[in-house]
Formats: sequence, C-alpha cells, structure tokens
Amino acid sequence: MKQLTIISGKGGTGKTTITAAFATLSDSHVVADCDVDAADLHLILNPSIEKSEEFYGGKTAVIDSDKCQQCDECIRVCRFDAIKDYVVNPISCEGCGVCVLACPEGAVGMVRHMSGQWFISHTRSGYMTHARLGIAEENSGKLVTLVRQQAKLIAEREKKEYIIIDGPPGIGCPVIAAIAGVDLLLAVTEPTLSGIHDLERVVGVASHFSIPVMVCINKYDINPDNTSKIEGYCSKNNLKVVGKILYDPRVTKAMVDKKSVIEYPCGEVSKEVTRVWEKVEQRLKHRENQ
Amino acid sequence: MIISVASGKGGTGKTTIATSLALSWGEVQFLDCDVEEPNAHIFLKPHINERISVGIPVPELDESKCNFCGKCAEVCEFNAIVVIKKKVLFFPELCHGCGGCSYICPEKAIKEVDRAIGVVERGRSGKIDFIHGILNVGEPMAPPLIRQVKRHINSGTNAIIDASPGTSCPVVEAVNRSDFCLLVTEPTPFGLNDLKLAVEMLRKLTIPCGVVINCADIGDEEVEKYCKDEDIPILMTIPWNRRIAEAYSRGVPLIDALPEFQDSFSQLYGTIERLAKR
Repeated sequence: MKQLTIISGKGGTGKTTITAAFATLSDSHVVADCDVDAADLHLILNPSIEKSEEFYGGKTAVIDSDKCQQCDECIRVCRFDAIKDYVVNPISCEGCGVCVLACPEGAVGMVRHMSGQWFISHTRSGYMTHARLGIAEENSGKLVTLVRQQAKLIAEREKKEYIIIDGPPGIGCPVIAAIAGVDLLLAVTEPTLSGIHDLERVVGVASHFSIPVMVCINKYDINPDNTSKIEGYCSKNNLKVVGKILYDPRVTKAMVDKKSVIEYPCGEVSKEVTRVWEKVEQRLKHRENQ
Repeated sequence: MIISVASGKGGTGKTTIATSLALSWGEVQFLDCDVEEPNAHIFLKPHINERISVGIPVPELDESKCNFCGKCAEVCEFNAIVVIKKKVLFFPELCHGCGGCSYICPEKAIKEVDRAIGVVERGRSGKIDFIHGILNVGEPMAPPLIRQVKRHINSGTNAIIDASPGTSCPVVEAVNRSDFCLLVTEPTPFGLNDLKLAVEMLRKLTIPCGVVINCADIGDEEVEKYCKDEDIPILMTIPWNRRIAEAYSRGVPLIDALPEFQDSFSQLYGTIERLAKR
C-alpha cells in the first residue's frame, strides 16, 4: 500500500480538484481529507458517514474562583498571556499546564475539551476519512495524523493499493503531519510569482523530510513565462513536471455541480488530469518494485 | 484601526485585496502574518531595512546537575521530553516554549535557550510601513512568529493584517484583536463552505466582518444568499478578469494594473471605518 499527498504551499491552486479527480480515476484506494480546518473534498465526493467520533485534542486551564487567592502567580508564569483578571482565555491558552504547577492554592485545573470530529465515510469513489476541526481550535496536526491512521487501517483491511491524501496549504504543522512518511508528493502550483515562491518553500519542506515530489502546473496558460520559470526550476532541482493544465471555467462548473473534473466533461483538463494520474500511479507502483 | 484580511479557503485573493487596500490607504502599517507562505512582499516590493531573528525558548540540560528524576518529561504536555534511565531526550520541534520543564526541575538542571524558528523583516514601500514574518522551512509552529510580527503594530496607527488560509491557530493568532476582518471569498461551493467556517471563527472572537466576493461571476449565487441570510455586508465584488489574473501572476498590485478600482478601494476603507468595532 502506497501513500500520496497532494500539496501546494499556496492555497487555492487546485489540490482538492486534483484529489477528487484521482479518487474518480483510481480503482483501489482510500481517500483522506487532511485539510481539517477548511475541508472541502466532501463537497465533491458527497460522503455518507458510517462512523463519527469526537476528537479530544488539547487541554485548557480553568481557574476555580472559590479557591483563587489572586496572588498573580499564574499570570506571571503564563507565556501566552492567556490569563486576565483570574480567568483563562481558552483561545490563547496553549494547554501547557504551567499555571497548574505554579498555583499555590491548587485552584487551577486542566480540562480536556472536544476540539473536533473525525469521520469514516462511504462515497461513490470508495472509502473516505475526513474530519472537522472545531472553530478556533488547536492541534490540527494531531487530527491530521488521526485521519491518516484511520485511512491506513481501512486500506489494510480492504487491501487497497493507495491512500490519496488531500493536504492543507502552507508549510506548518498540519502540512508536516500530512506528508510525514508518505511515498510521494504531488505539488499543484500555478504560474504566478506567489505560486512559484510558495512551491519552492513547500519543496524545501519535502526535501527536509526526504520525500520525493512531482509537480503539476495548473492554469499554466495564465502566464506562459512563469510556467517556463517553474519548468526551469523543476529541471534544476530534479523534479518531474507531470502535467500542465489549462485554465477552463468548466472546472468551476464541475465544482458547482458537485462532480470531479473526470465526471464532468472538462475537455483537455479532464484528459490532462487523467495523464497526471497515470504518471503518478506509475511512480507509486515503481516504488513498490524497489 | 486594525483591519485583518482572511478567507477560510486559500487562493481567493486575500493578498490582492490587502495590498490594494494598503496602497489606496497611504500611511499605514502592513503586516503579512501568513508566515508559512508570505507573498505580500512580491506585490509591495518593500525595501527591507531591519531583520530580526525570532526564536522560542527551548530547554537545555546541564547533565552534571540532572539526576534523571523525570519530572520534566512528566509535566511536558507536548511530549517534547523523554527520560529513559540515564538519558534525557529533547524533541525541540514539539516544544511550545512554555517553560514548564525548567520551572519544575528540582535540581535547576534546565535552562532555556532560544531556538530560531524564523525571522521578522521590516521595511518601507512608499508610505507603507511593511512588516512580515518568514517561518523557517521544516518548522511546524507559526503562531509564536505571528505574535512577534504583531508586536510591531504601533498603537494609534492604522494597520492591515494579511492572514493565512484556514481557520485554525495561525489564523486565530493573526486576526485576533483586530477591529474588523475582511473576508475574501469566491462564489463556489468551496468558497462558501470555508467562508462559513471563517464567519463562525470571527463570531467566536467577536470581530465584525464584511465580505469581498472575488471572481464574482464564475460560480453560483449561494455566497450572496448566505451573506444576505446572515446579515453580513458584501463590501465589494470583483468579476473574473484575465487582466487581473495576469497582473497577479506578475506580482502587480490590482490597483496599479486596473486603476479604475482606485475609487472602490477608497470607498471600501470608508465603509470599514464605519463598520469597525470602535
């Protein structure tokens, strides 16, 4: 079983569009939506939830006002400015518990709180694991890891060949959790200066963790010069460009129609995305033989 | 007044809106708080004249004092310390810099040292006082760096904060305590879904908001309907336009490429001032 994560660095380059298309094209996979704080894949794959579990991520400090003597010790030790007027602001609290250690009255306690939910679902394109991080919650990295673990369990049980992971934008903790230990990354970029800048940073993260990367340029015709620049950058860094996708308004129509760009006819886009999947699958299979 | 620009979904045009708003505003501070993937400098091209390394305090062990009691590992909520027999292992990338280990150590064997996680750069772009943070590649934690970027806000001046996509801790850190948040979205199912999450986040933080609909003619009417139902003002709509997309791709700010937008951005500022917290 091989794992693929779709990443981009910059948001909105087409990760979820590509992931949904791959889920349509592959016939042996589990798909995992690891963009847990702005999950969108379910809007295309329309999952019916089979199992739903609560996610308890972090802890938050709570001050018992009856015991509190207002000595200010907790305020002094808190590095996150989370305590004002002897009340903990749960949004600023990191859950480190240093205030609990510091309080001479034993007035501070830690409570675990539900910080999200995760799901195992069935879709027309096979099993899907996904999650919803609670509003303004932390620990998205932990929830990403959980969604991936569940996908792995199902893939093993059902003897599926691939886990296709829709990654979050950026390069921080949820991204690192979404790419750790996978076999291959597909970076979806666009021919804009921002896209190139962000691609370079996310490729940096990939090489930091020694994970191979393939690159796909979306809306490549918006700026052909920048597309050449990306190709130049990729060839210099030994990254294979596996596809160049045209800008086509039908891609948005497909999304509005809740269909992948394979299910909804998008002309050249549908064809090119199919070719991208074939190249990605070949690379994943090839790794199997190594 | 502090205005933050956020979106939920990525790639909807946060930086486009934030930079054009700053340029039309004039004397303003601009803080790019998308420290994982900062892009505003591509458009504002600031002349950087200050570069400050940002670190978080992580433990350093004096082995001669340590008796391997394991209390540090016990109190660490982030599993950043493991004590096995006569060995203490630190995992600095898991450390949140809370100081719990050095606080608890009965032998005073742990002191804290700074570990660099990124830099803050400050410079000028015309009338704009430009500040951004750049997270080191491979570094997981953005919020401590975002906090440092925001330390540069001068009270009394006007500031624009460009946030990262999503609705979790880096975005909360970026938009928290702003007087108004501009949510940039696109009229698609993904845009709407993530807009709703962003609105919920702002309600929890009690920050008033308004919406900019970008690429306003590419999808459906659902975003507009949602905003009406929820009483969220739509402050600007920008149609899809190849010239805008091309200008963006070359790093040219919207109001420089299409000066006809100058007026809408000046008006936008006025409207925000009216709707903002104070």
